[in-house]
Amino acid sequence: MTELLVAFLVSTVAAATPLLLAATGELVAEKAGVLNLGVEGMMLAGAIAGFATANETGVTTLGVLAALLAGTALALLFAVVSLTLQANQTATGLALTIFGRGFSALLGAGYVGIPAPTLPKLHIPLLSDIPILGPVVFGHDILVYLSFAILGAVAWCFRSTHLGLILRAVGDSHDAAHALGYAVLPIRYAAVAFGGALAGLAGAYMSLAYTPLWAQDMTAGRGWVAVALVTFAAWRPFWLLIGAWFFGALMYLSLYVQALGVAVPSALLSALPYIGTVVVLVLISRDRRLIRLHRPAMLGRPFQARA
Amino acid sequence: MLRRQFTRLVGAAAFGAPALFRPAFAADPVKVGFVYLGPVGDFGWTYQHDIARKAAVDHYGDKIKTTYVENVAEGPDAEKVMNDLANSGHKLIFATSFGYMNYVVNSARKHPAVFYEHATGYKRAANISDYNIRFYQGRYVQGVIAGKLSKAGLAGYVGSVPVPEVVQGVNAFMLGMQSVNPQARMKVVLINSWYDPPKEGDAAKALMDQGCDIITQHTDSPAPLQAAASRGIKGFGQSTDMAKFATGTQLSASTDNWAPYYIKRIGDVLDGTWKSTDTWGGFDTGMLSMPPFANMPEDVAALGTATIADIKSGKNKVFVGPIADQSGTVKVAEGTTMDDDALSHMQWLVRGVDGKVT
Repeated sequence: MTELLVAFLVSTVAAATPLLLAATGELVAEKAGVLNLGVEGMMLAGAIAGFATANETGVTTLGVLAALLAGTALALLFAVVSLTLQANQTATGLALTIFGRGFSALLGAGYVGIPAPTLPKLHIPLLSDIPILGPVVFGHDILVYLSFAILGAVAWCFRSTHLGLILRAVGDSHDAAHALGYAVLPIRYAAVAFGGALAGLAGAYMSLAYTPLWAQDMTAGRGWVAVALVTFAAWRPFWLLIGAWFFGALMYLSLYVQALGVAVPSALLSALPYIGTVVVLVLISRDRRLIRLHRPAMLGRPFQARA
Repeated sequence: MLRRQFTRLVGAAAFGAPALFRPAFAADPVKVGFVYLGPVGDFGWTYQHDIARKAAVDHYGDKIKTTYVENVAEGPDAEKVMNDLANSGHKLIFATSFGYMNYVVNSARKHPAVFYEHATGYKRAANISDYNIRFYQGRYVQGVIAGKLSKAGLAGYVGSVPVPEVVQGVNAFMLGMQSVNPQARMKVVLINSWYDPPKEGDAAKALMDQGCDIITQHTDSPAPLQAAASRGIKGFGQSTDMAKFATGTQLSASTDNWAPYYIKRIGDVLDGTWKSTDTWGGFDTGMLSMPPFANMPEDVAALGTATIADIKSGKNKVFVGPIADQSGTVKVAEGTTMDDDALSHMQWLVRGVDGKVT
């Protein structure tokens, strides 16, 4: 029984990693007041850039770097259109997702069905051997730990640093931040670029660690789950981790339950993560106070400097 | 989407141009169209069809001209693609996925002079033939090997969708396993897709998490094999030899060999002898083969080879009674063999299989 549970938890942590990475990036962008719905597109760009680079060079580290750059490049494209040119952020984000899907498919045409080097799993002597906790917490590849580290850094940044304060000010009242002398647009550019880099990293995790292959649309909606997670967590970093694990478990559970031989139609089980998303978002949205308290007030609003 | 439109444009340009500048002296090559479900590089189902297309081109040279359209969804688009091919002078069209069935029927009705070949379907007409491979024969051989190698006596099957072809595969694998280990059991997970690498990998992990120590798959990417490799568990490839994706992991693979069939049917069109037929070929026709057995002791490999020989010669017909379903009801009486009609409607699982196919 314990063995079953441990195996289940290990797989859940792995399934949650791309969600956590992408959602952390989106959280930073949204805290700065920018709603970027292009996460799915940026993830796919990262996935193909990472896979292609790792395949050509044989070095996974270069693949991860390429994925970071690809995600950032797409995010900057979004920033130019929605921040500088002030196009509607929702529409621009949707366009970015569509663009990312098509563009990654085009670039990836030659990379379908070939192997690539895989990110190795770390084995930390002592720590990995602790019963139960060892394999669950310490038997993963480097990106899993990086995702925890980045989330911790982001949480600390928002809670106790000047930088975090500025980001939150820009997201809550860009006019006030501007009046105080902060450069609103460059700060938002940086936040969006950070979000893009993490989405790219999430994509690299998919194509280099989780399933070391390239396939068209291989992120299969995880970018959208990441966007939903930010709302689910009500913009609080710690809850992002809970949410990512919850959804990771749900995605994995749909297959796990079948293997147990439970007589539930497989089509229903496949729909479980999506039904879960809807149910959870409805429950969260009932608490208006919670949302109002944490939602960046300027989320999705364009900023234009006056005087 | 982009790529598909691009392919279609290139295709249109390629077969539109010769029509304008028709040489009067040479016999025109016969045009043959192929409609593919996935990308030609999926390294599974579509890849094998494209290998067969290339073999036909090598075989007939200038006498034929082939066009393929990849990534065609199993929906109304498929009918448009087939109509385009028919309208641009293709005489023979191979539709290579089950879900194209009704669109093949519609397109064939509109173009009575064009011959249609539909893979894995069951609807025929004067100008529609069906063709399929007895994949279950390969599954049985896999099961025999799994029965010998599985220490837990428990195998995991990553399935796609609950259609008879998949049910036959699950059952044949179980029967093969039980033929060498009567206590053997297996677990099945369906992912409701033919090609979704992350989900295929997750399904394999779920099966291994629950103690399966041999993995086989009825989905088209090497992801389950990779997942098995990451835990040092062995498995079987699907449609094609996937050994290069997971070193030291692949025991064997059921390999689809469409070339003999494609070459024969194209020949029939060239001779003017094409007739609507229904072909279901196995090891005996060369349409199904298995790459050399690897990563297993020699006696097990020898048993695998012997099993293939028995199926090929007709000595072993796989679905031979007594066979009981999950509830213990005898479905195939002792001494009888399931006929093709019953096989093609199979919707029950053999005793020993955990899980449901719904």
